[in-house]
Amino acid sequence: MVEKRPGFTIVAHIVLIFGVALVALPVWITFVGASHDGARMLQAPIPMWPGDQFFENLRQTFFGRGLDGSRTAPVWMMMFNSLVMAMMIAVGKIAISLLSAFAIVYFKFPFRMGFFWLIFITLMLPVEVRILPTFEVVADLGMLNSYWGLTVPLIASATATFMFRQVFLTIPDEMLESARIDGAGPMRFFWDILLPLSRTNIAALFVILFIYGWNQYLWPLLITTDPDMMTIVVSIKQMLEASEQTPQWNIIMMTALLAMVPPIFVVIAMQKLFVKGLTETDK
Amino acid sequence: MAEIKLDSLIKSYGPDQVLHHVGADIEDGEFIVIVGPSGCGKSTLLRMIAGLETITSGEVSIGGKVVNGLEPADRDIAMVFQNYALYPHMSVRQNMAYGLKIRGTPKAEIARRVQEAAEILEIGAFLDRKPRQLSGGQRQRVAMGRAIVRDPQVFLFDEPLSNLDAKLRVQMRLEIRKLQKRLGVTSIFVTHDQVEAMTLGDRLMVLNGGYVEQFGTPIELYDRPETVFVAGFIGSPAMNFLPAEADGGVVTLANGVSLPGAEGVRGKITFGVRPEHLVPDAAGPIRVQVQVFEALGANTLVHGVLEGTDTELVVSLPGHETPTPGDVLCYAAPGEHHHLFDAESGARIAP
Repeated sequence: MVEKRPGFTIVAHIVLIFGVALVALPVWITFVGASHDGARMLQAPIPMWPGDQFFENLRQTFFGRGLDGSRTAPVWMMMFNSLVMAMMIAVGKIAISLLSAFAIVYFKFPFRMGFFWLIFITLMLPVEVRILPTFEVVADLGMLNSYWGLTVPLIASATATFMFRQVFLTIPDEMLESARIDGAGPMRFFWDILLPLSRTNIAALFVILFIYGWNQYLWPLLITTDPDMMTIVVSIKQMLEASEQTPQWNIIMMTALLAMVPPIFVVIAMQKLFVKGLTETDK
Repeated sequence: MAEIKLDSLIKSYGPDQVLHHVGADIEDGEFIVIVGPSGCGKSTLLRMIAGLETITSGEVSIGGKVVNGLEPADRDIAMVFQNYALYPHMSVRQNMAYGLKIRGTPKAEIARRVQEAAEILEIGAFLDRKPRQLSGGQRQRVAMGRAIVRDPQVFLFDEPLSNLDAKLRVQMRLEIRKLQKRLGVTSIFVTHDQVEAMTLGDRLMVLNGGYVEQFGTPIELYDRPETVFVAGFIGSPAMNFLPAEADGGVVTLANGVSLPGAEGVRGKITFGVRPEHLVPDAAGPIRVQVQVFEALGANTLVHGVLEGTDTELVVSLPGHETPTPGDVLCYAAPGEHHHLFDAESGARIAP
């Protein structure tokens, strides 16, 4: 705080602790729920402290058939599906955005700004808005129940293109001219100069896009009918609607807990680069 | 190593012509400085020679070969930029080697050349550092090194010293000069600083508004400026210009004082005399009313007006002088240091 008043500090801490508690409570309940047996979770009141069934639940959820009657694949398989989808979306978006930003910033071609705005306007058309035509296209291409169907319609990204455009614009023109005099062609310049200079931004974007991909719900729900292609986020909802059964909260909570792990890993692993990418301006 | 020929170069952006028929013959091994105020087109001209800017019309030849249609990389040139344009993610060594690597030079050869250039420039100690770990002067050296390793026919410098502090600038200026003489590579150097231009160049090209005002050795430009612009641009402090009337042997200043000179010239002229060429003389015809003075140690600059007018005038006196503001000091202007220009066109008429 700018002011040094003890009373103020205490109030600030109370507010902050309250905020943390508010955010952490659902996570805590999920964790507690994942550590009791199924029967206990159906009795009121729900437990507030962890039980002793955590590893048993973990084993059953991760390697078992998941939930009886819920038509879901084993959780490890759904996690794998989610991982593939999130990776393909993140990598695909970054690759395509880098190239389109490269084209828009460094090449003069007719209607350059027109194309830029065309890309920009797609910001107004997220998946939810164009979901019917997109589904039709994907279905006609025979991509239902495939990784391609899960990812391709989500790969184009105006946000990332715009971000890389801004990054490239901060790189001085002399860098390009210097590379030209050194004899580097356009793709050489892209690989040797632009890519390394955008490294931190790529990392930051990767974190954001990986989580975006991992959390996809509506689209995977629509195009995957085969349980083997289902993603973990979708499956949590499916489990709740398991036919003619009381929901097995311990398994569902464990699944939810497992669904949180990979994004956390990505954030922790790339935290340093992530912060650098968002704050660093020096090129 | 090569001679460069610029033949009637024109550059236009749409309807605006920014360079007008620039021509020059530059000899092998010569150090040419292009100097002029900002916006005069000097960087554009350099970039046209480099191939970074298209040529609207005219021809650039390097070593007898017209290079208009060639990419910068194929012109056998190296360029040092104002902000150095070092690749920030590469070490000094990689920066210097990059151009050679792209050209497919064998590794051993690259290593040898980088080592050689590093020794010449005394940057061997930080070959493995990144550019951001270097000081301005060191970066400057690396940028030079990057140019040297390529062993090009021509060096192009685009105001490479303007990001350095004053002391370092003087030092690097000398080093560039020595290096260029040692390597004997034809060089073109762009600057807006006339002192830099005078000290570096074998010949200077003074550009103004896209026109070549004069192209000659520093001393030629100092002794016989062809236009008022060159006269005012070369030399520090700048030449004094006094409006005057010539009448075939007598020059009459605005305050009615006459002095001999300007044989055979009649009509309105601009009378020019450098501050360092005015000599104190109790009976001198140029009477200056002192306003302020600047004591620089080695000499004193007296700023004042020509008595009876408001034409400003600067006099450079050796040693320490402490004139009182308001005093009138008298100076003589020896005839050999007169510069007479046409009042209308600004062109030199005599002597």
